[in-house]
Amino acid sequence: MVTLDFGAVLAEWPLLLRGLVATAVLTAVSAVVGVALGVACAWARSWGPRPLAMVVAAYVELIRNTPFIVQLFFLFFGLPSLGVRLSPEAASVLAMVINLGAYAAEIVRAGVDATPRGQVEAGYSLALSRAQVFTRVVLPPALSRVWPALTSQIVIVMLGSAVCGQIAAQELSYFANLIQSRNFRAFEAYIVATLLYLALAVGLRQLLRWAGPRYIFGR
Amino acid sequence: MQRRPLIALALATAALLPLAAQAQNALDEVMTKKSIAIAVPTDFPPYGFVGIDLKPQGLDVDMANLIGAKLGVKVELVPVTSANRIPYLQTKKAHLVISTLGKNAEREKVIDFTAAYSPFFQAVFAAKSLPVKSFADLAGKTVGVTRGAIEDMELTKLAPPQADIKRFEDNNATVSAFVSGQVQVIATGASVAGNMMQRNPQLGAEYKLLIKDSPNFIGVAKGEDKLRLKVNEVIAAAKASGEIDALSKKWLGRPAGDLPN
Repeated sequence: MVTLDFGAVLAEWPLLLRGLVATAVLTAVSAVVGVALGVACAWARSWGPRPLAMVVAAYVELIRNTPFIVQLFFLFFGLPSLGVRLSPEAASVLAMVINLGAYAAEIVRAGVDATPRGQVEAGYSLALSRAQVFTRVVLPPALSRVWPALTSQIVIVMLGSAVCGQIAAQELSYFANLIQSRNFRAFEAYIVATLLYLALAVGLRQLLRWAGPRYIFGR
Repeated sequence: MQRRPLIALALATAALLPLAAQAQNALDEVMTKKSIAIAVPTDFPPYGFVGIDLKPQGLDVDMANLIGAKLGVKVELVPVTSANRIPYLQTKKAHLVISTLGKNAEREKVIDFTAAYSPFFQAVFAAKSLPVKSFADLAGKTVGVTRGAIEDMELTKLAPPQADIKRFEDNNATVSAFVSGQVQVIATGASVAGNMMQRNPQLGAEYKLLIKDSPNFIGVAKGEDKLRLKVNEVIAAAKASGEIDALSKKWLGRPAGDLPN
């Protein structure tokens, strides 16, 4: 009979806390930059010049059709042969930004394309420039429409950051693995990590649901 | 609405618990089923690796087959990594772990060991141009190591706090990190380093510091004394007949030497 001993895992709480903070920081940075990249790419695909739209389309297809861990390994183990050496944390953030950017691009584009034509024409008839129409007339309601989907994608990227421990980025699952390799309390360590991820995901979802209407798309 | 995942998780946890309750009868189970599950490495030449015929081979694999042959049962090889070999034993996915397993006090708390069957040592390796004369010289340098391996635990004690230790999931990732230049120093088993230096002569890597002389033992689940004593008999007989020495010569190029019981 296995007796669960959470004490052995919880005694390592400074490591778990470091991991929790690191995962939160990784997610925060890549969510902000990734969503910005996604909006830019959505603009390029729907509103941008043709060649740029094609480049972005290629980027989106490439990223959405390859596994995240392969993208991460490419950046960390592959780039050094081209002379670019990234720290595990930098490679993780970059991989998460590139990954989220591609998915967010398609999510935001769906919202942008759903804008009624009349609304855009109304903007032009008020003598707004093309840039003003996109940022003031099209984008806010588009983001408001797709915000739940975008929130889900950010949570998925946050959970996906668990594999960043594979390249020694010191995030939550890295420390959970480290703790279980020290005291062999694998079951307990992963239960604790699971609960922490769950709390992070629920918290992040609530935060985005609260912050979106207030700060991102007005109302 | 947000509570549902919590309930699902609690149910999943409860469902897993009864699996753990089992009597200590590994040897009987092996003899009745005429088959023994042995965990071997597949990323650790020359102890265990996948040959060009895609079959596992190496010293540990030969040792597993030797034990199977002496017990008169079929051997079912289970591939494991450094990080998951002990959980495989704890969760009964394998009867024995023959996977360059070193013995230490932390591990003895959770599993039991048979007599040693092959020699092994861990060391620090780095480029010739990098001055590393003692463990204190590791300060300010990035050191790659495989998480949960003996060298990880020993290095954590020996290296100064200023050393930047990066822990990777398995030996392949650790070696890749060193070969691609992501870490300046690598702490690993002699066999892994030997294999790496042979394939990448451009690195100019060399042996720097000895971390630990740690012969390999076979791991059995805690309290499986019948199985452990039986395997010890097999090892003692193989030592006496020279089979252990022959294995060591075949894969490591030197005799097994004096192995602790």
